[in-house]
Amino acid sequence: MAKLKVTDRDGVQHELQGEIGWSVMEIIRENDLPIEAACGGCCACATCHVYVDAATLAKLPPADADENMMLDEGFEVRDNSRLSCQIKFTEELDGIEVELAPEY
Amino acid sequence: MTGSASPQEPIETDIVIIGAGPIGLFAVFEAGLLGLKCHLVDNLDKIGGQCAELYPEKPIFDIPAVPRCTGQELIDRLLEQAKPFEPVFHLDQQASALERLEDGKWRLATTAGTVFETPNVVIAAGAGSFVPRRLPLPGAEEFEGNSLYYAVRRMEDFRGRHLLIAGGGDSALDWLLNLEPLAASIGILHRRDEFRAAPDSVQRMRELVEAGRARLLLGQVAGLEGADGKLEGVRINTPDGEIRHACDALLALFGLKMELGPIAEWGLNIERNLIHVDTETFETNQPGIFAIGDIITYPGKLKLILSGFHEAALMCQKAFKNAHPDQRLVFRYTTSSSDLHKKLGVA
Repeated sequence: MAKLKVTDRDGVQHELQGEIGWSVMEIIRENDLPIEAACGGCCACATCHVYVDAATLAKLPPADADENMMLDEGFEVRDNSRLSCQIKFTEELDGIEVELAPEY
Repeated sequence: MTGSASPQEPIETDIVIIGAGPIGLFAVFEAGLLGLKCHLVDNLDKIGGQCAELYPEKPIFDIPAVPRCTGQELIDRLLEQAKPFEPVFHLDQQASALERLEDGKWRLATTAGTVFETPNVVIAAGAGSFVPRRLPLPGAEEFEGNSLYYAVRRMEDFRGRHLLIAGGGDSALDWLLNLEPLAASIGILHRRDEFRAAPDSVQRMRELVEAGRARLLLGQVAGLEGADGKLEGVRINTPDGEIRHACDALLALFGLKMELGPIAEWGLNIERNLIHVDTETFETNQPGIFAIGDIITYPGKLKLILSGFHEAALMCQKAFKNAHPDQRLVFRYTTSSSDLHKKLGVA
């Protein structure tokens, strides 16, 4: 089964089973890692902000206007910042690494 | 309708609902059918909770018998439905202090000084009250109140100041335009050269920048400099490296977040920011304090608007008994009851 690695805010890496077709936010949330995802995944907040590794970033479609608009409300937004609710987990994403952005 | 009262005059009502979101609004309707009057308190300055604040334009597809409506449309419809029961809204204030009176009623006070005396307090607060997002920078609190602001309470606070506004939405742009005439100097800091604010505001901002009356900085706040609560400058991460921008006031507008707030101190049975309730009455561990909607948990709970509607209806049965211990409640349908038709104003 496809997997993903999530680094929490203490720097601890968790290897999670990735459900194909779920969003990365949903996989993180259902594994009880601390992700707020206040809006529930409709791209209406920035509380599922993650950093993704460079190799993964290249595989993803770029953030659309809505996602970029919500990232404006994020803190410590970097070039590899994404909203995890907007990343659909697929077989191709097996092994991706993401890091939870600071909570605020 | 909005209302307020002087602190010495408590408002007496059957139910005070904390949270004017969809579940609070439907509770007004269900309570109204039973003849109960409601006052609602919300920390936002508008009605509608998350539906109005987070996703007013997003479509919702799982409201029974409403195949599709937006967040704002749902709120508008719920308001229309609740209208015959004349709910009174107390907006832009947070329910802050709760105290049990000798007669078993509750005394609830808000941050604006509104005081209620009621047999029933209903917490329909969703994920908590909306408060401004604060900068998660070490030492930032030290500057709050004097140099670091998350909202504009009085425009005069910014007269003669060297002000930097951080943010790229409507509130950031609006305040830039409104405070520019007052401030000694003004700048706006945004992470990219695209703004999600109204095009007209963006245009006017760009004109100010071109005229040399405002500065546009692209980047993100990296740190605050100053001493004794007085800001002297902001360190900014830009695509070309870190820079320092001299200013003595920073208005940081990064949207709102939700937090439980004072509710957490009311002696309720709370676990992971969710309130435990009795699923027969939706009463908490405190008699007369109810909780409904996303803020509660029980075995099988689903955070759906439709679940909150059901919870509101059941809650009202017990709230009625609390308000009228000597009266019997007769179960009636809106299709056939002339009494309910009268209450709805359709008789």
